[in-house]
Amino acid sequence: MVPISYYLILAAVLFSIGVLSFLLKRNVVTVFMSIELMLNAVNLTFVAFAHRWQAVSPQAVSGQIFVFFVMVVAAAEAAVGLAIIISIFRTRQTLNIDQINLMKN
Amino acid sequence: MSPNLLALLPEIILTVGGVLIMVAEPCLTPGGSRKPLGWLAILATLAAGAASIFQLGFTKSAAIFAFYGTIQVDPFSIFFHLLIAAIVLCSLLGSLDYFEGATNHAGEYFALVLFGAVGMMFMTSATELLMVFVGLEISSISTYIMAGFRKGQATSAESAIKYFLLGSFATAFFLYGIALAFGATGSTSIHAIAAGLAGTSTPTLAIAALTLIIIGLGFKVSAAPFHVWTPDVYQGAPAPVVGLMSTAPKAAAFAVLLRITYSAFGSMEARWTILLWILAALSMTVGNLGALLQTNVKRMLAYSSIANAGYLLVAFTASADRGIAAAAFYTATYAAMNVGAFAVITQVGGFNESTRTLADYTGLALRRPVLGALLSFFLLSMIGIPFTGGFFGKFYVFTATIHSGNVWLAVVGLLNSGVACFYYLRLIAALYTRRETAETSPVTSISFPAGLGLAATALATLMLGVLPGQILHLAGRASWSITSPSAARIGAAAETASR
Repeated sequence: MVPISYYLILAAVLFSIGVLSFLLKRNVVTVFMSIELMLNAVNLTFVAFAHRWQAVSPQAVSGQIFVFFVMVVAAAEAAVGLAIIISIFRTRQTLNIDQINLMKN
Repeated sequence: MSPNLLALLPEIILTVGGVLIMVAEPCLTPGGSRKPLGWLAILATLAAGAASIFQLGFTKSAAIFAFYGTIQVDPFSIFFHLLIAAIVLCSLLGSLDYFEGATNHAGEYFALVLFGAVGMMFMTSATELLMVFVGLEISSISTYIMAGFRKGQATSAESAIKYFLLGSFATAFFLYGIALAFGATGSTSIHAIAAGLAGTSTPTLAIAALTLIIIGLGFKVSAAPFHVWTPDVYQGAPAPVVGLMSTAPKAAAFAVLLRITYSAFGSMEARWTILLWILAALSMTVGNLGALLQTNVKRMLAYSSIANAGYLLVAFTASADRGIAAAAFYTATYAAMNVGAFAVITQVGGFNESTRTLADYTGLALRRPVLGALLSFFLLSMIGIPFTGGFFGKFYVFTATIHSGNVWLAVVGLLNSGVACFYYLRLIAALYTRRETAETSPVTSISFPAGLGLAATALATLMLGVLPGQILHLAGRASWSITSPSAARIGAAAETASR
């Protein structure tokens, strides 16, 4: 059996990749995808912990239920996010974060 | 009435109102007036506020527990419910005419405001982190759309994309924190986490969880160093939306932070106090120094809101009984003066927001005396002049932290208040300076609902400074419902009983 720490380390690495690409990538769509990566790293953490705690108490299944909510909310967020990305492309004709800077003094 | 229905009464009313507006919106003629929908939203908000007051009568002896203990309606949640309803009411009154004729489907805006309020209210009454997360997302997604509501305006779209990206980024941190808290205790219920942590000695996982949760909520309340999005978002978003989103979602996020820190992680108070001490000092300093450099009025108020988040975080370094009451009272005063200030900016700028910079505001009070006087009053309250809400807000926060021995943080805060005087007074001075060039822009009169909203916020700011007793009493009850030792025990018992 694979020990739980493997899953947790994998999730932490995925989350860190998400954070780094959020900070370093310049295309809005890629930045948005890195947020999805972070959310999925969280999901992996939840499932791993839920599996571990289920040996102690059956109520720990709530950790797996949480994952469904995260997925649903991420889908809703994607719908709104892509609409906002379209509206920014319509007004600016670019999706480069560095060029979306009308308000810097 | 079943406890489930009673506990969710305000949220149900707002949801029904929002759905009705969404259904009615396409039935109206395109380009026609959307004011009836606005009045419907105002009616729903009033009914939700009345429902919250109705709930207050049931919480005298014990909180109302609903949905297997995931919803806990106590004086704490009712305080924030009433506050959110009041903010939404004043914002709606101020923005009734704002979108009129300027954009199609303005009705959607009113529905989004109501849906956002539902999410914020859920956040304040949820004792299950899953519910907190869902509420946070309902409120966030609604505000992302509202920030970009001036479609076609590049600044508004830019504001929306920045708010969206940074907001989702923050949510991921918040969620990771919840996942680690679940890993440490095997539950996502606030009471169960508190019970699970009480026995452990070295909760490394819990420290990581709490840090990530504070980072996530720090973004939402725009505390330094997680404030980078605030100036751009507030500058680009429509003025009435900024008035709403700089107060109501922040009040809800602070309510969640209060519940999570004092209730779930109460056993680790010494650890998170240090963390929030640093955040408070940083936010006050960064906010006030940043505001000094701004010439755009909305951007200046954005930095001022970062500083205000700092003052609010000062309350977290105080002991539970004083700190929670001071924080709750400060959110109320901050909401009154900030919603008021942005209501004035809405009236001055109109939909095109042609009046932006300090130079544009020069001589405003001479041309439009009422608006100028009101804006000056709200700015004086932000400085913390006696007889305004801002004075008592700061007073309670700083006395609470001094009582806990954090004299240095109070000194940092008072020095910051001195710095803040400069940029607020600079704007007030500009308002009353005669302008060299002749004024050409037409002076439009204030509509009745907008005037009502302005009067309500001004009266609230004044009342909080002159007769704060009633609100203080309610804030005290709110604080008691978290700190009383029986609250957590009853909460945990209600949860196990319902399973």
